[in-house]
Amino acid sequence: MKLSFMAPVITFAGIAGVMFYALFYLDPKEIPSELLDKKSPVFALEAVPGYGENLSSENLKEGKITLLNVFASWCVACLAEHPTLMELSRQGKIDIYGLNYKDTPDAAAKWLRRNGSPYARTGMDLKGRVGIDFGVYGVPETFIMGPDGTILDKIIGPITEKDLKNRILPRIDGGEG
Amino acid sequence: MTLNFGQASRRLMYVLCLLGTIGFVGFASAVFVEERLDDPVKEERVRDIAEGIRCLVCQNQSILDSNAGLARDLRAIVRERILAGDTDDQVQNYLVSRYGDWVLLNPPFKMRTLVLWLSPMLVLLFGGFLVVRFLRRKSAAPTENSVSRPLTDAEKKTFDQLMAEDDGERGRS
Repeated sequence: MKLSFMAPVITFAGIAGVMFYALFYLDPKEIPSELLDKKSPVFALEAVPGYGENLSSENLKEGKITLLNVFASWCVACLAEHPTLMELSRQGKIDIYGLNYKDTPDAAAKWLRRNGSPYARTGMDLKGRVGIDFGVYGVPETFIMGPDGTILDKIIGPITEKDLKNRILPRIDGGEG
Repeated sequence: MTLNFGQASRRLMYVLCLLGTIGFVGFASAVFVEERLDDPVKEERVRDIAEGIRCLVCQNQSILDSNAGLARDLRAIVRERILAGDTDDQVQNYLVSRYGDWVLLNPPFKMRTLVLWLSPMLVLLFGGFLVVRFLRRKSAAPTENSVSRPLTDAEKKTFDQLMAEDDGERGRS
């Protein structure tokens, strides 16, 4: 009798609990990538004039872990992760490739001149088709590519300190050891 | 004079509101079409498919009624695939292989979505079970208590007495 009286309260508490969790711990903007553990789509792109060599899917399977960073000069959030990428490239532990998404060559070159380039290679995806092949739906996104060109992980949005520590660095150190 | 003016302005307001509403509704149902295929049958197919594809930037809109850049690109891809002779399913698979089931506004029925599809049915069945149980118990309850045994002699006496009193009072008034 007492229990059935409590039933609505318990039900409500249950729903509230789920919603509370969803509100603070789930991000609806983070859609898990369909391409994890799959091979990189095939592509070949020209470099941003003056910034590194051309970028193709062949460069992603040269036997070492690489980062494929999707960036654009019109992307404000890219500035937030830029120092992190610059620092990574300064340490020289990992090659970072830049996929310049739906930009113009001039604007991209200007942006790299002003902010510095962490990229060993760059590729201009002027129409965004390579981005779509990679399942990119916002900039920045960063793919961690395995030695054989497999997509190991995908970071959506700017790389945070936490992403760097938990998702990127362990891969690099693991790859070396 | 002032009354007439008030009436006129109220009528004007009414007309403006109506026009505004119509304009707004028209705008809301506008379809973003940058180019259309020459073949109206194919264009119809493109729109049918696009209507079922989620825009990944503005999550609960389809790519047909979103003006986001990515939605425009995806619409272009749908047109391109249809022109290349793909079937509707092939076009959907093209997008699903890149963005996952999540791009479909109608989630497909498979193992992972079993709970999603079946839970409304289960909840309905469970609710029905509760209602039936509740109604049964309610209609069964009075018969159990009232007609369980005849009155004892003492109870009958009291009952007759009360009835007699009641009749007496009623007769007096």
